[in-house]
Amino acid sequence: MNQYTIKHLQELEAEAIYVIREVAAQFERPSLLFSGGKDSIVMFYLARKAFYPAKVPFPLVHIDTGHNFEETIEYRDRLVAETGVKLIVGSVQESIEKGRVVEETGPEASRNMLQTVTLLDTIAEHKFDCALGGGRRDEEKARAKERFFSHRDVFGQWDPKNQRPELWNIFNGRKNLGEHFRVFPLSNWTEMDVWQYILLEQIEMPSLYFTHRRKVFKRNGQYLAWAPFMQLKENEKIEELDVRCRTIGDITCTGLTLSKATTLEEIVQEIAATRVTERGSRADDRRSESAMEDRKREGYF
Amino acid sequence: MEQPNTTESLTGGYLDMELLRFTTAGSVDDGKSTLIGRLLYDSKAIFEDQLESIERASARLGSEEVNLALLTDGLRAEREQGITIDVAYRYFATPKRKFIIADTPGHIQYTRNMVTGASTANLALILIDARNGVLEQTRRHSFIASLLQIRHIVICVNKMDLVDYDQKIFEQIKSDYLQNVAPKIDNSDIRFIPISAKLGDNVVEKSQNMPWYSGPSLLQLLETIEITGDRNLSEGRFPVQYVIRPISDKFHDYRGYAGRIAGGVFRPGDTVTIYPAGLQTRIKSIELGSKQLDEAFPPMSVSMQLEDDIDISRGNMIVKDTMPVVEQDLTAKICWLSTRPLVLGQRYFLKHTTHDVRCIVTNINYMLDINTLEKNYEKKQIGLNDIAEVQLKTTEPLIRDSYSHNRITGSAIIIEEGTNNTVGACMFV
Repeated sequence: MNQYTIKHLQELEAEAIYVIREVAAQFERPSLLFSGGKDSIVMFYLARKAFYPAKVPFPLVHIDTGHNFEETIEYRDRLVAETGVKLIVGSVQESIEKGRVVEETGPEASRNMLQTVTLLDTIAEHKFDCALGGGRRDEEKARAKERFFSHRDVFGQWDPKNQRPELWNIFNGRKNLGEHFRVFPLSNWTEMDVWQYILLEQIEMPSLYFTHRRKVFKRNGQYLAWAPFMQLKENEKIEELDVRCRTIGDITCTGLTLSKATTLEEIVQEIAATRVTERGSRADDRRSESAMEDRKREGYF
Repeated sequence: MEQPNTTESLTGGYLDMELLRFTTAGSVDDGKSTLIGRLLYDSKAIFEDQLESIERASARLGSEEVNLALLTDGLRAEREQGITIDVAYRYFATPKRKFIIADTPGHIQYTRNMVTGASTANLALILIDARNGVLEQTRRHSFIASLLQIRHIVICVNKMDLVDYDQKIFEQIKSDYLQNVAPKIDNSDIRFIPISAKLGDNVVEKSQNMPWYSGPSLLQLLETIEITGDRNLSEGRFPVQYVIRPISDKFHDYRGYAGRIAGGVFRPGDTVTIYPAGLQTRIKSIELGSKQLDEAFPPMSVSMQLEDDIDISRGNMIVKDTMPVVEQDLTAKICWLSTRPLVLGQRYFLKHTTHDVRCIVTNINYMLDINTLEKNYEKKQIGLNDIAEVQLKTTEPLIRDSYSHNRITGSAIIIEEGTNNTVGACMFV
């Protein structure tokens, strides 16, 4: 075999770093959307690599629903303290108090949908012209059509039928006043690639991704974490089980997987054997066939 | 025997795969979606909830069979109209390789999507219906693969089950293609495989129904085809993307030129020339993150420190080995991607590697009929999906190679002023 071969994780890393540097070069006020989930953790890790030994030249932006796993916030705050990166928090609670959004009610209420307004308000308030995100094309079928450089109009909307063609590795970030871009450097990564990369680089992850004992209840065929503000329906009862998160989002819509995985190696093995997509455990995507496309059109992550 | 408990053994060698990007083109009737669906399903890249979801959607659309196109046709409009609007990217992996499929609609007005999908591909998969043989569409797909300099073409003669797995039919199609299409294109490597996507013959496993075929199955071929030779490793090209200047005492005089290697092999100590200034210096170090590298080659993203303090910024190029072409008047093949026709003499933005300039198209040398590859010197209007050779003039010299030498330094995009839409794809001659 030729000595100048490059392994798939190195190639994906090289592509992502190229895209992240392209953002720093093409935009005046970029930002990195940070949820505390594995994709955004990998994104920030790649950004640090891309600009080393300089600091990452943009802030992290966390859209906080107020319904978090505590572990996520602990991890976020520790990362900020250790790296000195600037953190901006957009609060859904504040959007509710200002009357920008109205909270859903009932046991299935989620603040997931409300995040879009807070996100767009935060982008406008700080005049960000680009928001980097950890979205991947393998996550969901509407995302499979997403560009690396994804244009948003002055209303923050995505027009999937009218996207700019993206050829070679040339990215067109030109825009008019008030428009912005969402950029997805991990577009070509799969869930498996993300975990393999975390394993290869030994990136520290929040404890939620590893098995732990937690109070949970079953709803629509999946386990959700119990938290004091969540209403149980009739017949739903709290159990204590060994679970872990495959994705981390708002606590109200993040399904938990029964798992014994205690190490990164075991997580990679578990994912290799699984037959359900990670989004299959997200209640926010199960609302309808085109739930993701509809939210993305409005300006969702 | 007991396996040692290493990371590699625990992950089944998954950390050690190569990446192959391929593009598929074809219409619904070729069985393209069936083929992709089968590759994904048999490599376990389709999950249970995805299958359930497309079963539900197929039933709602009144289809008895599961329509695997719904896997890639992710947008609501595509599902409702049963058409593929846009390039869809799909992923699967075997223990040997990870694959990225750029799945493009095959209909005539979607040349722009095929060009987009082909621009990043190492290999093009073209389907021929065994009952129909080589069609206009087959030629068009082949010509686009050739135009975009995809080295490897795999022709799958599909639906062999419907022609009784007849070797004669396969051989006829093969010789028709080799006589009438292959001589017009410059893809160096063309392979033929008789398959049935629906029944799985020669897709993953070798078929029992075609003992006369001695080659590999499609997946075996995709797993083993040699692609490292496709990159240019002999002409050093490093477009400077970003200058890293830490503002800290520890790295006081540090200046790192960040970018992605577009060609050649760079090592610390190498003498390099900075374009367009023409100054020479040597490479002090090559780095990625906090790691020092002994060498860097495409498609690695790195940063370089140089021995001398030279004024270098984004859009410059660090060059080694052969010298690139530096010119303001360029000849290029272009594919037009916009519904608004190209206007001769009008200013456009042009983006080439990390270099932004303005350009005008001064002349249309000829138009290319993508179905026959005939040159038309009479027609002088370039509209959506047209392919032509043109003369361009840029506001600053471009540091470039010909596209056939280097796909990165040989390509550019044209952007419309005002709308900022990407309207043209350029390949320098």
